[in-house]
Amino acid sequence: MPKDKRFQDQLKKWEASTLKKVTDKFPERKPDFSTGSWLPAERVALPEKEDYQSYMENLGFPGEYPFTRGVQPTMYRGRFWTMRQYAGFGTAEESNERYKYLLDQGQTGLSIAFDLPTQIGYDSDDPHAEGEVGKVGVAIDTMKDMEILFDGIPMDKVSTSMTINAPAAVLMAMYIAVAEKQGAPRSSLTGTIQNDILKEYMARGTYIFPPKPSLRLITNIFEYCSAEIPKWNTISISGYHIREAGSTAVQEIAFTLADGIEYVKAALKAGLDIDSFAGRLSFFFNSHNDLLEEVAKFRAARRIWAKIMKKKFNAQKPKSIMLRFHTQTGGSTLTAQQPDNNIVRVAIQTLAAVLGGTQSLHTNSRDEALGLPTEESVRIALRTQQIVAHESGITNTIDPLAGSYFVENLTDKIEEKVWKYLNKIEDLGGMVHAIENGYVQKEIQDAAYRYQREIENSDRIVVGVNKFTIRDEPPGDILKVNPKLQDVQIHKLAKIKNERNNEIVPKRLSELRNAAKDPDKNLMPFILDAVKEYASLGEICNILREEFGEYQESIVL
Amino acid sequence: MIKKIRILIAKPGLDGHDRGAKYVARALKDAGYEVIYTGIRQTPEAIVKTAIQEDVDFVGLSLLSGAHNELFPKVVDLLREKEAADIVVFGGGVIPDSDIPSLKEKGIRAVFTPGAPIKDIINFIESVK
Repeated sequence: MPKDKRFQDQLKKWEASTLKKVTDKFPERKPDFSTGSWLPAERVALPEKEDYQSYMENLGFPGEYPFTRGVQPTMYRGRFWTMRQYAGFGTAEESNERYKYLLDQGQTGLSIAFDLPTQIGYDSDDPHAEGEVGKVGVAIDTMKDMEILFDGIPMDKVSTSMTINAPAAVLMAMYIAVAEKQGAPRSSLTGTIQNDILKEYMARGTYIFPPKPSLRLITNIFEYCSAEIPKWNTISISGYHIREAGSTAVQEIAFTLADGIEYVKAALKAGLDIDSFAGRLSFFFNSHNDLLEEVAKFRAARRIWAKIMKKKFNAQKPKSIMLRFHTQTGGSTLTAQQPDNNIVRVAIQTLAAVLGGTQSLHTNSRDEALGLPTEESVRIALRTQQIVAHESGITNTIDPLAGSYFVENLTDKIEEKVWKYLNKIEDLGGMVHAIENGYVQKEIQDAAYRYQREIENSDRIVVGVNKFTIRDEPPGDILKVNPKLQDVQIHKLAKIKNERNNEIVPKRLSELRNAAKDPDKNLMPFILDAVKEYASLGEICNILREEFGEYQESIVL
Repeated sequence: MIKKIRILIAKPGLDGHDRGAKYVARALKDAGYEVIYTGIRQTPEAIVKTAIQEDVDFVGLSLLSGAHNELFPKVVDLLREKEAADIVVFGGGVIPDSDIPSLKEKGIRAVFTPGAPIKDIINFIESVK
């Protein structure tokens, strides 16, 4: 027990206020938590001899500023994180089947992977789509595909995450329209759209429009959704892809939070009130093998964001100040060699995400360096989360690594380095400028290059790749997408275009075009009207391409 | 003076995973070759045009979305059409082993999959130059 009596007083105060507010509504999973040998597992362990003042400033209590120890006062003693496997391939029919399978296996939320033409706003019959239809996700051309995708899945019950960025407004509109058709009230819809364009320019690549109109679309979504579907997370500010592109953990946090700052500024500039949208901002991070650094990274990210929101933007509501995040285990850490070893990597990364306090998690399948995962591999990945949740015991105590000299020092050090980057980016005139002049890309690439050289020189060991290798590995099973799929999808699109009301569609599209010309108009209602008439994704995005222009990559090598 | 070997590293298709392509480009440059990198989301037509304009000896294609069976052979065919069949095409990315024999039949001279060391690529270039 802590020596300083103030800890006890503060604990009692926290239990009676922050904690009680939550437990009254959502009781913990069990009345008592204990370890494997039935010793009590404390809800939140407090320091023995720490200085009270500095503890309260840097760590505080779970669910309270600066949220270093987690965003909820009960964390996983209340409920586990959302287990959400990113999936989708082929046609809407095939993906619908996979979603039903995953829900049947105990998954608690859906996460939709769209194919690349959909992500870049091309219909399946566009020449740019050649070879790509249905490959890395499901192909969506019109609202019809979305209807099929959610056939038999109650949209008022399931929470859905959609990895969609440049055309996020269009897919969001299709989702709302299909939910309406199912009879699900708008207020019941929960989920997330990625809607994070800045990281597309620097790391992920599915951009369409230049930064300015892209930021307009994003703030249009913020504004529309906070009024119409208040429980929806309107953006998932993503460090995942920055890390996959080769950044360090520090850069992942720095560039993601810098993106966050840019979105907040854009929304404020559009006249929105900080507390009207900030609570719906969510984040998305990567989890790699360096367990303790990853845990420190997540904790530092929460603390830094809380300071930014409170001190820089003067946000008032706790929801606006807390950083909530989804995690995915690190795709780039998976090896094509001895793929079963990846199960172990994913387990370590799962531990890191949970010890770091994630709100939801996707665990990668062992065979993702080879191709699309098989159903069996997806099941093992989900079981990994379930084992950590139910068997490891790390879910019984909140932020269990707090107070470790190493973890706390690392948390501080990461924070310090992140602030340096944030100040540098501010000096460069903000994130849009830092991306346009290639600064961010160069930083990421230098880190990626150094990392790969270390592997080449065996200064860094990757088991099965540059050490403990085996010759002539047996080929594993992988899932193949039907190569005829593009034809099937093109045929389906032609049929819909033929059957829809072709007098009203051009009218809706020209209304959208006029609205796009006026920067003060919110485009969401116009897009919604167009998708309801089965205007295609490509038709809508082409109108916007004509009005907004297209982004050109600034190549940095 | 002997002409330096010129290599175009290109990303056909729509995927933005350019970490591998950029690493290979930079590592080949460090190894003494002249390297040009196209950037992401290039059509096969654009890649072939750049390859001919830049008078390269090799084209290295990187793709991680699964569209390699369609797009890699298309680059080879277009080079033949433009009478530039002497340009050697190789590829890399997330490519299942079972696809490699048919890619080789269609004129992709070598395929490097995840974890391949850069010296394998250099050895390949030196063996066919």
